[in-house]
Amino acid sequence: MTGFEGATLAIDLLNITLLTILFVVAIAIARLRSLFAIVMLSGIYSLVSATWFVALDAVDVAFTEAAVGAGISTALFLGAMVLTSRTAKAEKGATRIVPLLVVIATGAVLIYATIDLPGFGDPTSPANTGVGVDFIERTYPEIAIPNIVTAVLASYRGFDTLGEVGVVFAAGLAVSLLLGFGERSLGASVRREDRLTAPKKDEEES
Amino acid sequence: MKGDHHVILRVVAKALIPIIALYGFYVHFHGEYSPGGGFQAGVILAVCIILYSLIFGIAPTMRAVTPGFARFIAGLGFIIYVGVGFWALAMGGNFLEYNALFREEAGGHIGQHTGIIVIEIGVLFAVAGSMVTIFYAFAGRVSEIRDEDW
Repeated sequence: MTGFEGATLAIDLLNITLLTILFVVAIAIARLRSLFAIVMLSGIYSLVSATWFVALDAVDVAFTEAAVGAGISTALFLGAMVLTSRTAKAEKGATRIVPLLVVIATGAVLIYATIDLPGFGDPTSPANTGVGVDFIERTYPEIAIPNIVTAVLASYRGFDTLGEVGVVFAAGLAVSLLLGFGERSLGASVRREDRLTAPKKDEEES
Repeated sequence: MKGDHHVILRVVAKALIPIIALYGFYVHFHGEYSPGGGFQAGVILAVCIILYSLIFGIAPTMRAVTPGFARFIAGLGFIIYVGVGFWALAMGGNFLEYNALFREEAGGHIGQHTGIIVIEIGVLFAVAGSMVTIFYAFAGRVSEIRDEDW
């Protein structure tokens, strides 16, 4: 066995291990009824996915997945969980079978679709011969920053990123409007308490 | 803040939260050289505030970072981003065309660098503000998360 084959074997083992963990965690999420455990397991799922993205050399995607999927989503789900009950209702017979069939059918279609995809890291694939090479050649002369991903996101596709920021802002706005940022929220009562307690101290002093 | 059985959690969080915030700024300002950028940095800074509120309570967090301030930052970030687009328009270029920002000759990079840095600040503000706003909207509806809630 040459060194290159050994490295390939190690990467294969790593991929199989990470995908097995993802599979087990996904089954556990589907089987569990405790919402707290589900939220924690979905955080773990994101973290393992992020590790797997690193193994696939997609560091920027992995970073975003770790920060958004494992970090903020878990925290937001915890906040939402406090507002609802702690356990999910158990499904009855038909509602268990139909989603399973849908998932199996979708999975089969997706696996069938991967047959047409080029192999991982294939130098003759469209991504590695067309636009990818173009960006690698053009980014430094045109923009002069070393991180091509940042250059693409912020400059070449600035309009696209503007849309993403707009979506994030709209999401924040929509949630505030739905759940209330006025009198009903704690922020208002925190400020009211501050106003109520402030004069009291003055009275005690006088 | 009743009971003392969260003392380890609180001590560890006190040490970690400044480091998380510092890491968020590192991710932001190093975005041109390493993975990351305004979006990830904004999320990390928001997580830093959320972690504080999970451990020390939501009311003290809302006194430090008021919900109004979070909303203001979210809107300001979006306006900064759009503002760069209109700045380029005003200088005679297309919307978000960074080369037009300072009317540079071909081959100049100051406009590109300035544009990227300013819009990344916009992204940082918008993402961090929106995430904290969303968290406040959920968490602000219960006054105190009790131990048995977990």
